[in-house]
Amino acid sequence: MFRDAALVAGKDLRIEARSRVATNQVLPFAFLVLILFAFALDADRGQLAAVAAGLFWVTVLFSGLLAVQRSFALEAGDDARDALRLSGLDGAGIFLGKASAVAAQLLALEVVLAAGVVVLYDVDLTGAAFFALVCVLATAGIAASGTVYGAVAAGLRVRETLLPLLVLPVLAPVLLGAARASEAVLGTTSTEMADAWPWVRLLGVFATIYVAFGIVAFGPLLEES
Amino acid sequence: MSTSGSRVLGWSAAVSLALTAWMALVASPADAVQGDAVRLLYLHVPTAWLAMYLSFGVTTLASVLYLWKRTRSQFWDLVAGASAEIGVVFLGLTLVIGSIWGRPIWGVWWTWDARLTSTAVLFVLYLGYLAIRRVPAEPHVRSRRAAIVALAAFVDVPVVHMAVDWWRTLHQEASVLDERRLGDPQITGVMLFTLLLAVLAFTLLYFWLLVHRYRLAKLDEDAEARHLEEALAERRAEGTAEVSAPVPEVTAP
Repeated sequence: MFRDAALVAGKDLRIEARSRVATNQVLPFAFLVLILFAFALDADRGQLAAVAAGLFWVTVLFSGLLAVQRSFALEAGDDARDALRLSGLDGAGIFLGKASAVAAQLLALEVVLAAGVVVLYDVDLTGAAFFALVCVLATAGIAASGTVYGAVAAGLRVRETLLPLLVLPVLAPVLLGAARASEAVLGTTSTEMADAWPWVRLLGVFATIYVAFGIVAFGPLLEES
Repeated sequence: MSTSGSRVLGWSAAVSLALTAWMALVASPADAVQGDAVRLLYLHVPTAWLAMYLSFGVTTLASVLYLWKRTRSQFWDLVAGASAEIGVVFLGLTLVIGSIWGRPIWGVWWTWDARLTSTAVLFVLYLGYLAIRRVPAEPHVRSRRAAIVALAAFVDVPVVHMAVDWWRTLHQEASVLDERRLGDPQITGVMLFTLLLAVLAFTLLYFWLLVHRYRLAKLDEDAEARHLEEALAERRAEGTAEVSAPVPEVTAP
């Protein structure tokens, strides 16, 4: 299973590295959203700094949607989905591979975005290690559930509009948890560290649930489509 | 299309609903604090019960039974879809009625209370489920994907609930609203009876709607299958006609 996962993740990341869609389109998009928020909230620095953590995670969520869509667009052409199905790779392995490829891209994006938030919104990142933990857990949740729903929507004519409708409500707890936990170390909202830990646990629970769900459900989802 | 069974169910639902309306509007007293607004709760509570527990419970159960290979059949898929549709309609009603009730009692149409927020998320989750059911695809592919989405929505519900619960308790001191969140805490006598009657009436209504929605869905599927067969037969007839037509011309001279 893990060997299959590594193969699939390697394939996806290699395609991304060569096509440069992630760096040339998804990353600029995320950056653009940060700038748009500054316009929408009147670039009043106090205001932006107060909600920096929330804006960061909304941006990650939208970019995550693009990454998931992209991950399944890779197999849309040339009947590559059928090829993947016939490859003899384990369904759970394919799921883990695709999800970790999405997660790797999102983590890279988060590093750049965090720097962008610190520079553009004039906030301090006070606990980098804690923030990194929040990012890893939240990203695992986003990538796992996104990959499950990406497979559900894959191959349908309405996938671009269907995917956000399916994924975003499911990710509501992740947005809530990640934004609240990040507030402790990012932005001017004063959240105690003690208040932030339950949110970290929630992110962990969410990621665990959806990774497990994906491992079980991905095989049947791929089987016929 | 109705059978004697569903007719009995329909009539008992109608009678108990009429009785509920009479009890709620005439027989039960106005609340000391809420006044006549309390009468909305006789609708609000049963619609919430019908949507969240009955409908979505049945959808989840039917989806599991569909995914389990031994019990897989179109029946469970159609039941899941029919039940979710009813659930979404009644959850929408619950939100609207609650909002109308909240305006005079709380002074606002909406508040970011834990229960309200998680209900709103639940509503959107099942809208997504209905959306995937409407996507044109091969029937068995669509059914399987829909069943998996239903299960994913179901596992999400407790997490959403927990998250939203913490959100409100961690960041907001107990507000004035919380004391009265559940309406009247000491509900007794005729009010309690009305509420229980309303829950019973809506439960009957749910099963009646479910039976008919299922039958409609089944007829839909059958009609679609028949159209397909007719179209296939037509194409075949065309094919054989073209083959047999030139034959006499060749042999005629």
